[in-house]
Amino acid sequence: MRNIRSKLDWLLMPLVGFMIAVAVWEFVSVALCKELPSPAKTWSESRDYVLKPFEKRGEMDQGILRFTWYSLILVAKGYAIALAVGTPLGFMLGLSKTFTKIFDPIIQVLRPVSPLAWLPLGLVLFVGAGKQASELGALFTIAVCAMWPTVLNTAVGVRAIPQDYLNVARVLKLSRSKTFVKVLIPATLPYMFTGFRLSLGIAWLVIVAAEMLTGRPGVGGFLWQEYNALNYARIILCILTIGFVGFALDRLMGCAERCFKTA
Amino acid sequence: MSDYLILDKVTKSYPSPRGPSIIVKDFNLRLRKGEFVCLIGHSGCGKSTVLSMVAGLSEMTEGGMILAGRELVGAGPDRGVVFQSPCLLPWLTAFGNVMLGVEQAFYTASKEERTQIVEYYLTMVGLGESMHKYPGDLSQGMRQRVGIARAFALSPKMLLLDEPFGMLDSLTRLELQEVLLELWRKDRKTALMVTHDVDEALFLSDRVVCMTDGPEAEVGEVLEIPFSRPRNRSALLADPEFYRLREELLTFLSDRAGRPGARSPVAGLDSAPVPKTIPRPAAPAAKHRSQLATTHP
Repeated sequence: MRNIRSKLDWLLMPLVGFMIAVAVWEFVSVALCKELPSPAKTWSESRDYVLKPFEKRGEMDQGILRFTWYSLILVAKGYAIALAVGTPLGFMLGLSKTFTKIFDPIIQVLRPVSPLAWLPLGLVLFVGAGKQASELGALFTIAVCAMWPTVLNTAVGVRAIPQDYLNVARVLKLSRSKTFVKVLIPATLPYMFTGFRLSLGIAWLVIVAAEMLTGRPGVGGFLWQEYNALNYARIILCILTIGFVGFALDRLMGCAERCFKTA
Repeated sequence: MSDYLILDKVTKSYPSPRGPSIIVKDFNLRLRKGEFVCLIGHSGCGKSTVLSMVAGLSEMTEGGMILAGRELVGAGPDRGVVFQSPCLLPWLTAFGNVMLGVEQAFYTASKEERTQIVEYYLTMVGLGESMHKYPGDLSQGMRQRVGIARAFALSPKMLLLDEPFGMLDSLTRLELQEVLLELWRKDRKTALMVTHDVDEALFLSDRVVCMTDGPEAEVGEVLEIPFSRPRNRSALLADPEFYRLREELLTFLSDRAGRPGARSPVAGLDSAPVPKTIPRPAAPAAKHRSQLATTHP
C-alpha cells in the first residue's frame, strides 16, 4: 500500500497543491473580493475557448490554443533572432578581453531595461513597415530582451573552458575552425543551453507584454481585450494558459539540455 | 653521435613587480636520437616549465631549442605530449580523441589508413575492447592509456611526457610504465619525461637529469643508467647497481648542496615569488621512495 502511494506521489502531491490553490481562490472570490470570478464561473465563461480550442469566430474571438499558437510563432521568431545574435556575441565576449572591455558596460546597461520600455522604440524603428510595424516591433523587443542570458552564459562558458582542452588543441595544432568546432563549441554547450533556457523563459514573458500593448491576436492580446470587455473570468483563463505553456517550454528545454550535456 | 634535441641556455622568467622572476636559467640539455631521458626534481623546481617550453605551450624568454636540425617554434604535432592529467575531450570517445590527432598528423592518409592507425595504437595500450567508450566511462588509468596512445599515434619526432603517471595509483602506475616501455621499444622515439618518482626514472630512462631547485633552476647532475634493454623490473630490483643509483639520486634530491650559486639566499629572495624562496626541508625526498622498493627490500 505504502509502496503504491509513494509511486503515485509525483501526481498526488502536486494535485493536492492545486486543490489548495483552487480552494484559496474560491475563498477569496466569495469572501474578500466579489469582483474576482470564482473557479466555477471562470470555467463556465471559458468553456467555449477551452473545449473548442482551435475555433476561429472572429479576429479577437478564437479558441485558446489558436491564440497560443499565434503567440508561440511570434516567440519562435523572436527567440531565433535572439539566439542568432546572442550566441556569436557571447563567443566574442568570452574569447576576447578587449571585446569584453569595450562592450560589457553597454550590455550591463541595456540588460535591465524592461520589455515595456523597448516596445515603443521597436514600434518607432519599424514605423515605415506599415502594417508589419507591430509584428516587427514585437520581434525586436523579444530579441533584445531575451538575448542577454544567452550572451552572458555563452561568454561564461567560453571563459570556463579548461586550459587542458585548449592545450590539446595547441599541441595537435588544430586549425582555428577545427578548434572552434571540436573544442570550443562542445565545451561551451552546457553553458549555452542554460542561457538558451533562460532566454526562452524571458521571450515568453515578453510576448504577453508585447501583445497587450500592440493588440495583436494571441494570448496576451486576448487577455487585454477581455480586461477591456470587463470579462475577468477569461483573464484567469489566459493567465493559466500562459503559465502552463511557459512551464511546458521550460521542461522541453530542460530535456534538450540533458541531451546535449557534455563532460 | 649527433644530438637530436638541443636545448641551449633556455631561460624562463616572468615579469614581477620586483624585477623579472627567473624560473629556469641557462638550461642546457642534449638528447641523442632514440634516447629516453627523465627530468627529475622537486615539485615546483621548473621541470614542467622546461617540458612545456619544449612542447611549445609556454614561450621561453631566452635561449634556443633545436629538434632534428630545426629550430622549434610554437607547438605542433611533431612532438607527442602526454599530460599529467589525460586531457581527453569528454565529448569524444577514446577513438575520437586519438583520431583528432591522427587526422592532424596524417592529413594525406585515407580514412581507412587513419582508422587503422588509431585502432592499432589503442589496441597496443590495451584498449582494443573499449575504444568506443567515452572518457567518462573509463578509469583514470585507462584514460591515461588513451593519452599515451594519442601521443604515439601522431608518429611524432619525439615524445614529451609531463608526469604522466603522477595521478595514478601505484599499481596502475607500474602497469602503465610497462605499456609505455613496450610502445617505446617498437620505434625508439626520443623521449623526454618529467617525473618526481626516482624508481620510475631509473626503470624507464637511459639518462636521468636532476634539476636543482628553483628559482633559477638548472641542470644539476646527470646520471647514465646502464641497465640493458628490454628491462625487467624484478631483475632490476635484484641488481645492486639499481640501489646505488637510487641512493645517488635520493641523496642529490634531499641534499641540495653542491649546487653552484643556489645557496645564496639574497639572490633567491630577490628574484622569485615567495613560496619558491622558502627553503625546502630534506623530508619530502623520503616521500619519493616507492612502494615497490619498500615491499621488496
